Order: sequence, then structure tokens, then C-alpha cells
Amino acid sequence: MGMTIAEKIIAAAAGVERVRPGDIYTVEVDQLMSNDGTTHLTIDMFHQKLKNPQIADVKKLVWIVDHNVPADSPKTAATHKKMRDFAKEHGITFYEGQGVCHQIMMENHVRPGELIFGADSHTCAYGALGAFGTGVGCTDYLYAMVTGKSWVLVPETLKFNLTGKLQPGVYARDLILTIIGQIGANGANYKAMEFGGEGLKTLTMSDRISICNLCVEAGAKTALMEVDDTALRYLEERGRSPKHVFASDGDAVYEKEYTIDLGSIRPIVAKPHFVDNVVEAKECAGVKIDEAFLGSCNNGRLEDLRVGAALIKGRKVHPLVRFLVVPASKEVYRQALEEGLLQTFMEAGAIVMNANCSVCWGSCQGVIGEGEVLISTGTRNFKGRAGHADSFVYLASAATVTASAIKGEIATADML
Amino acid sequence: MEKFTGTVWVLGDDIDTDIIIPTEYLALKTVEDMKPYAFSPLRPELAGKIQVGDILVAGKNFGCGSSREQAPEVIKALGIRAVVAKSFARIFFRNAINNGLLLIEQDQLQKAVSEGDTVTVTVNEAISHKGKDYPIVSLPKNLVDIIAAGGLVKAMRRRNGLDKED
Repeated sequence: MGMTIAEKIIAAAAGVERVRPGDIYTVEVDQLMSNDGTTHLTIDMFHQKLKNPQIADVKKLVWIVDHNVPADSPKTAATHKKMRDFAKEHGITFYEGQGVCHQIMMENHVRPGELIFGADSHTCAYGALGAFGTGVGCTDYLYAMVTGKSWVLVPETLKFNLTGKLQPGVYARDLILTIIGQIGANGANYKAMEFGGEGLKTLTMSDRISICNLCVEAGAKTALMEVDDTALRYLEERGRSPKHVFASDGDAVYEKEYTIDLGSIRPIVAKPHFVDNVVEAKECAGVKIDEAFLGSCNNGRLEDLRVGAALIKGRKVHPLVRFLVVPASKEVYRQALEEGLLQTFMEAGAIVMNANCSVCWGSCQGVIGEGEVLISTGTRNFKGRAGHADSFVYLASAATVTASAIKGEIATADML
Repeated sequence: MEKFTGTVWVLGDDIDTDIIIPTEYLALKTVEDMKPYAFSPLRPELAGKIQVGDILVAGKNFGCGSSREQAPEVIKALGIRAVVAKSFARIFFRNAINNGLLLIEQDQLQKAVSEGDTVTVTVNEAISHKGKDYPIVSLPKNLVDIIAAGGLVKAMRRRNGLDKED
């Protein structure tokens, strides 16, 4: 009986020949990412709960300040200082204000075949490069930081065979929202979601990151994609090489297989207050909005900014709408600047912000007030996620968000 | 086997981590400070009414969303003895175990109970409500070991000789 990509990565990390779903293994973790959402709690536990604690291998740690950067209150300034000082004292790789953690990890750290823990639920994004990324809390993080190891239950795998090609005006965001709508918000709970097939080859790295990133919204433990020339080229351009390139065996066992024709996907909107509450975007046409957000680890890359800028060039943001444009990293920001995209957004009346998590994380700049409506390329639309408990978040692609910012109400690009 | 009785609070499906503890309160200094805001987007009055020893009963996918460990921590700090749900989201499940918060998967209880009812939990065996027993499955051994040690940090201390108190 063969193994899936997820099973092969766990077997390698556990130092065994083969693993089976349902088994629990002690594994060596390759990298450990943590951000300013919870790192201060990890540091407190490190100091207060352990006697003579040590970091097992400091080279595995990557700490990133991205959630509330620059600090928006004395409280967050204190959490950042704690993180910054600890990172300096122990020689931990540290980023601050350079972008959203997952984008920085993809640009600079993730390698195919690695097992990576991140103290953030969207760590599953790393599957776009064939790495097993999974979100953990700070206690799990601390344990792995101090011992270099953790335990993993081998997940069942759901396989998504992609065929065909996305139509013009339809994006990876529409595809993954469609899938989440189909299997439900816990449809992949505890499971791995694996993507492959000829359709995958038509998707850019940016598309792939969007897809893997959002798999946790179906409950997935991790997302994994076959590593092909597109992935290897992305890696090579950034001076890295794979740890292992794993492909699922022909006789690998999947819990369930789906075939999805990319050509059948339409623009989608996830309505409040759940990511699986999806409808065709046109069904939401006309819903008045107060704010639009183009950014996040899901859709703040150059490709997304290009889509938005092309739509808004020569047009204006609706006078009753705040349109926040937030590049996902400094690298993206610099490229968008060079291509003139940021100027296009600014001329149209958008607010261009520094690379951070922004309103996707509901505690940074851009939060919305009571009764307000946001359309967002962020990751979640839970009740209160973007600010006031009684506010409303719709999720959509960069194109739908930009078109809505122009119209002042939810609209698809072809309605402009 | 450990046995306890408590009053239940009943919640629905997909209770997410932003409901359990909204982002804007995460920067508060301690979990104690966060307690009044637990579940506030959904039921602002609930945190103030929960008594030590109460039991939360919910539907599917409890704890979905972010990896914030303050979610199980704040539930534990409120004095909730156990959360019984049809299913739990994965990251929340790990975080709860690691903090010694007891989670029980049971898919029938939510529709059977009303808020204010009393249930008796016999750990790893069953939950009784109004004379009826609802079976529950045992946790895998390595998780039982973590809970028995009082959470992952204590289990780690024991295994690695890092115990601060010795």
C-alpha cells in the first residue's frame, strides 16, 4: 500500500519507513514560525514554567512581527518589545514590519518536504511548496522549541484532482471558496487536503498559496500540493533547494477523492459569518459596503495587486467607501511600487498601507464599526472578526473586492 | 473513573475562536482580564453567568478558526469543567488538551439537553442526563498521559527533567 505526500513527510520526520492514518508519531520539526499574536505568551511560559530551559535548535526558529505592526497601543508595543528582546538575546531569525508571516516564510524559508509548525492557523499555506505546514498553539510551540520534537497524528488525506483551467475573471480565491462551500467548514477537520492533476500546473505560485492558505477554513490540518517546475523555479529564484520532493504513490489511499474542473468555477462570495457560507458573487450584487480590503497572506501578492490596479486604473474609489490596499510583504510592496500599481491605487483614492495583517486580524488599523460592512480578501468572516461584534464581512477575490470598492456595493468586475 | 456533575450551557455549531475570545481583547495582560469578554459577540451576558463547575455543550466544529491558545485558556479560567461537542476543530483540540481542559466528543447530547439542566460525566465512559446514558469514546493513550500530567508543559517537565518546582 502506497503513501500520500502527508504520510511521506511524517514518515521522514519520524524516521520510519511508513506510517498509516490514525497512528501517532513523535516527529522532528524542521522549522518553527511564530508571530506577535502569541509569541509573548510562549516567552512567558519559557521563563515562568520551565527550569533552565534551552532552545533545542535556534536555527529552526523564525519570529515575525506582522499582526499589529507598527504597534497600535502601549500593550502591543510591550508584546513586541518582549519578542524583539528575546529574539536578540537568543539569536532567533527575526522580522518586523517586513510583511505577513506566511508570505515571508514562502519568500524566504519554506522548502518542499519539510514539517513546519507555525503558531498561526494559516500555516497550512506552506503546502504550496510541498511542505507540511500546520498551525499550533503556544504550548505546542514551546514544547517543539525546547525539545525540537512534537507528536503528530497521521491524518487521512482528501485528494483534489484539478482539471482544466480557470476562466478569465475567475481566481484561485473563487476556487478554494467553492471547495470549502462544497465540503463545509469542518469537511476536512483533522485531515490533509492534497491537490494535484493537470489543472494544478496552470496555477501560479500566488494562486497555490491562496488555495493552501485557506484550507484551514475547511478544518484541514495541512494542505499539500505536488511539487512541479513552477514550484521548483520559485524556490530556485530565491536561492533555495528542496529537502525532499515527495509525490503520492499510485496506490496511496485517500479517504475521498474529488475531481474539480477549474473551467466550471465562477466568482464566489462568502457571506457573513462563515467561510463556507458561499454563493455566486452575483447573488450579493447591490449589498452596500463601507470598506473594502485588498491584502492579507491570502491575496496580498503582486498578482492580486495587478488585478486590482488594472480594474481601478482611470476609475475612482466610491466616495462612501474606504479602500485599504495592503501589500503582503516588503518584496511585494517594492515590486508594486516599481510597476506603478501603488500610484494607480492612490490616484484612485485608495489608502495604501504598510505590509501587515491589517483588518484581516480585526485588531490592527482599518477595523470596522457597528453595523458596517466590509468586503475583504482576508482569511475569515467570523462574527466580529474585523472589528465590532455587530459588523459584517464578505470574502471575495481581489477582482470582486476592487470592483465593489469602485461601485460602493458588492459587484463583480464584469459589472463595472 | 473520575465522575462529576454540572449545570449545562448550550451553544450551536461552529463556535469559532473569535466568538470565544475576540481579537481586540487578546492584548489584555492575563486570561483573568479576558474572562468577561468570552463569547461576547454571540452572548455578551454569558461569561458573567457561568459558575465554576459548569459544562458547555455545543454542536459541530467547536473552536474552529485561529490558533489562539487564549480560547481554551479563557474557557478553563471561567471554571468550565468540560466542553461536550459533536466535534472539535483540530488546533483548538490540541490547545485544550495541552492546557488540561477536558473535551468530550458526543453527538447526541446537544439536542437532548436544555440550558440549566444537570448532567453527570463519567470520564471516558458516559454522560448521564435525565436517566439516559450517552456513551463517550476514550481518548488515545498519549493524550490521556498529557492530561494526567496536568497539561503538555507539565508532561514535558516530567519527561525532560525541566520541572521548575522539582
